[in-house]
Amino acid sequence: FLEFWFNYRHVANTLSVYRSVKRLGIPDSHIVLMLADDMACNYRNPKPATVFSHKNMELNVYGDDVEVDYRGYEVTVENFLRVLTGRLPPSTPRSKRLLSDDRSNILIYLTGHGGNGFLKFQDSEEISNMELADAFEQMWQKRRYNELLFIIDTCQGASMYERFYSPNLMALASSQVGEDSLSHQPDLAIGVHLMDKYTFYLLEFLEEVHPASQANMNDLFKVCPQSQCVSTPGHRTDLFQRNPGSVLITDFFGSVRKVEITKDTINLTSSLKPLIQRSGSGDMQIESLTYVDQLPVAEIIHQKPKQKDWHPPDGFILGLWTLILLVFFQTYGIKHLKHIF
Amino acid sequence: MAAHRCGLSLVCILIFSSLAHPSSCDTLEKANDNTAEKRSISEVNTDGSVAGEALNERQWQSTDAEVDRSDSTTHSEALTPAAARDEFQEELVIRPLHSGDIYASFQFRTLWDTDFLQEGQKVSHYRLFPKSLGQVLSKFSVRELHISFTQGFWRTMQWGQPFIPSPPGAELWVWFHDTVSDVDGNWKELTNVLSGIFCASLNFIDLTNTVQPSASFKPLGLGNATDHRFLRYATLPREIVCTENLTPWKKLLPCGSKAGLAVLMKSEKLFHSSFHSQAVHIRPICQDEQCSSKAWELRQTLNVVFDLHTSGQGKKEWSLFKMFSRTLTEACPLASSSKVYVDITDNPEGELFELSPATPLLGQAVVLGDRRTYSVYDLSRAETFGQLRSFNLLLRWKGDSGDMLRPLLHAERYVAGFGLQTGEIHTVIYNNHPYRAFPVLLMDSVPWYLQLYIHTLTVTSKSRDNKPSYIHYQPAKDRHRPHLLEMLIQLPPHSMTEVTVQFERALLKWTEYTPDPNHGFYVGSSVVSALVPSMVAMRTNFTQDQPLFSSFVPVKEESSYFVRVYTEPLLVNLPTPDFSMPYNVICLTCTVVAVGYGSFYNLLTRTFQVDEPSPPLSKRLANLIRRMRGVPLLT
Repeated sequence: FLEFWFNYRHVANTLSVYRSVKRLGIPDSHIVLMLADDMACNYRNPKPATVFSHKNMELNVYGDDVEVDYRGYEVTVENFLRVLTGRLPPSTPRSKRLLSDDRSNILIYLTGHGGNGFLKFQDSEEISNMELADAFEQMWQKRRYNELLFIIDTCQGASMYERFYSPNLMALASSQVGEDSLSHQPDLAIGVHLMDKYTFYLLEFLEEVHPASQANMNDLFKVCPQSQCVSTPGHRTDLFQRNPGSVLITDFFGSVRKVEITKDTINLTSSLKPLIQRSGSGDMQIESLTYVDQLPVAEIIHQKPKQKDWHPPDGFILGLWTLILLVFFQTYGIKHLKHIF
Repeated sequence: MAAHRCGLSLVCILIFSSLAHPSSCDTLEKANDNTAEKRSISEVNTDGSVAGEALNERQWQSTDAEVDRSDSTTHSEALTPAAARDEFQEELVIRPLHSGDIYASFQFRTLWDTDFLQEGQKVSHYRLFPKSLGQVLSKFSVRELHISFTQGFWRTMQWGQPFIPSPPGAELWVWFHDTVSDVDGNWKELTNVLSGIFCASLNFIDLTNTVQPSASFKPLGLGNATDHRFLRYATLPREIVCTENLTPWKKLLPCGSKAGLAVLMKSEKLFHSSFHSQAVHIRPICQDEQCSSKAWELRQTLNVVFDLHTSGQGKKEWSLFKMFSRTLTEACPLASSSKVYVDITDNPEGELFELSPATPLLGQAVVLGDRRTYSVYDLSRAETFGQLRSFNLLLRWKGDSGDMLRPLLHAERYVAGFGLQTGEIHTVIYNNHPYRAFPVLLMDSVPWYLQLYIHTLTVTSKSRDNKPSYIHYQPAKDRHRPHLLEMLIQLPPHSMTEVTVQFERALLKWTEYTPDPNHGFYVGSSVVSALVPSMVAMRTNFTQDQPLFSSFVPVKEESSYFVRVYTEPLLVNLPTPDFSMPYNVICLTCTVVAVGYGSFYNLLTRTFQVDEPSPPLSKRLANLIRRMRGVPLLT
């Protein structure tokens, strides 16, 4: 946690996209947010509970109503793949699941440190492009998505989408194989770089998109050309069935809820029967309920030790006794058995 | 009843005065005269000539609750015909501390007359009580639930005792109903559900950090059976608290963060503090004074200590705006009572600090064994907000405060020793009472990878051996169960008691290490539960109109009060392997195998053949012609 303060920009990247997506209409119940490091309440943050994306602390992307579903040690490759494929333990709460079906459009945004064919998780494990491609194929076969947009902002990001083979996938990356993605601006008060270049310009582009906007994917591909980003962003659309020019940005980044206005009145059902009878009913026993003594010293001192459940003897004890018996009968002979029993 | 009240020293008295006495200092004297006359509730209510207007006279023992209950009854009958009635109260207590810091404690209480566990009656109608928690309670047959998230450590020696203590990180303890057959299964599912509700990593709570205390953590609610098989306790000392935990917590309140005291909860200010703790406590309590039926109580508490220098910029002046960057504009419309209390016990004549706006309402309460005086601001009255329609409390320091009264009970814990092999845990408990001894129950839960040697356990007070009157020890099972040590120790007066136990550090399997193992591994706080002698007589019966901060812990006897003190969590380094070794080993082995086996194989199977150099082009052409002619070839 505390060691990787310089990864502030990854958290800022993710939170900027989260914020744009929320602004364009997607509710928290439809977002799974995974943050591997805690930057906002980190002791090194001079302004706690804030994560800034612009220097001079102009924009706090952490906000006041953020809901992080996976944080800290929970952000592992295994959990990420489980969320994608839906194979989570039955007791996982709904907010930690990707409850998508075959009509859902999914947007996946990954950022961090990466290389040719892998992305680092928590500085101790990696996810490879093959694993990711297989996970998407599993999702396709289980009909867990209709169309999927994959954006990645790491060094050599284009290598991560090279191996995709499932249909209806579109991918964008911040840099080609062999190139590094660069960070944008440092803030002297916080002491680290606040955002990566690609996500910074992506955020600028998204700030102009509103829920009814007609901007399409071709505009998204033009975000951050080499003059601004130094690295060459790449994209992949061969697996996508529709023409990217006809795909609206808001198909993935926003959602418009269909609202139906009605002028009919609906009568609510009449009064429900009271559930609990108030005091005054005759059959209520007046058993005096009392509070328990918080530290009953006398009772504790005389507490009998708990009866432990009886367990059959361990294998070692059994083996030992068997050995003893064997040795005994070996020395004294089996004919003594009838004298014993 | 009247005589009974006379006999009890009145511990909760609201001293009121008519509007003719503006300054709050005079009201104390006048109030003393007044209380001599006031005896019973009914007298106050029916005697209209006692005080000026009906609005002004509010005695805490008066029928505030009853009046509000009848209001909420009619209100609820109009809106919701169901008889399940709930009531919501909110309060904020501000206590200036001696070091110049300020301690603010929010408490929100929702009382609900219903029984989740009643057979055949499914609760489906929720008004003020949040549905998510109601469903959790009924699904897992929970009798009591206490969960807290804390950032920072409570410094008892500088700040005194908190109203509701909590250890750093996350703490969860639950009493299940005795109808539950599989407590462990319910516990596991409950932690997962709560981790989704509060956006916290509570799913890391499993059998390796859950304990079943045998004498600590008795239920704080109603009940008679206390079989500790139905209790589970776990802490996650490493859990971080941030805005994502505050957001769902605020959503559980009836007014959310839109109205009432909750508008003050802005995360940017709340987390920029020395101590921040938010908690949810659910328990069954007495519905009325006769205690004939149960009601469910949900208390949400938020304790925060603002530091003078980081948020106060060093100037000894505090205001609501400075603390929370907001002011109050209205009370929560769903609340039956909404009050702000400011602790002015150390400021009887106003020589220490100046409080504005002035308020005629004063109150007294016995809390934590001491009688404290409070200035009360009632937010349900429009006058509190003044002409600007906004209420901003201002405390300006005038003089220097003297020394703080030493807290009677205080505990510390540290690890001694050197190296990565062995160590010693020292727990030091101080009893600062000059002449009274009292018992404390110390509960320690140590993870299995610190292997305790209980034969080295020593308890010494005043450099003499002090044998505990009760010891419960459950040894750890590797990767299954942590150590649990509970001891009842009698602390001599004015003494320091030291408990030491040696341990050895285990080597974990390399997959069990966290991604940052060199940070260390946390050991949860020890819990010291004690009945501390009280300076003034405590009140043993609960009434509904007591202020919330004084009615949290049930009091059984007058001469002592129950307190729980948490020690620091420990950070212990375990011997960590070199994680690059698997890679190194593979490289080395492959190299050795390749070089060794490869050379050996070559030696055995390689044959040498004489290779003739290829003839030059002219010779090759000549050979070609010779072959066609059928003549022997050139060499």
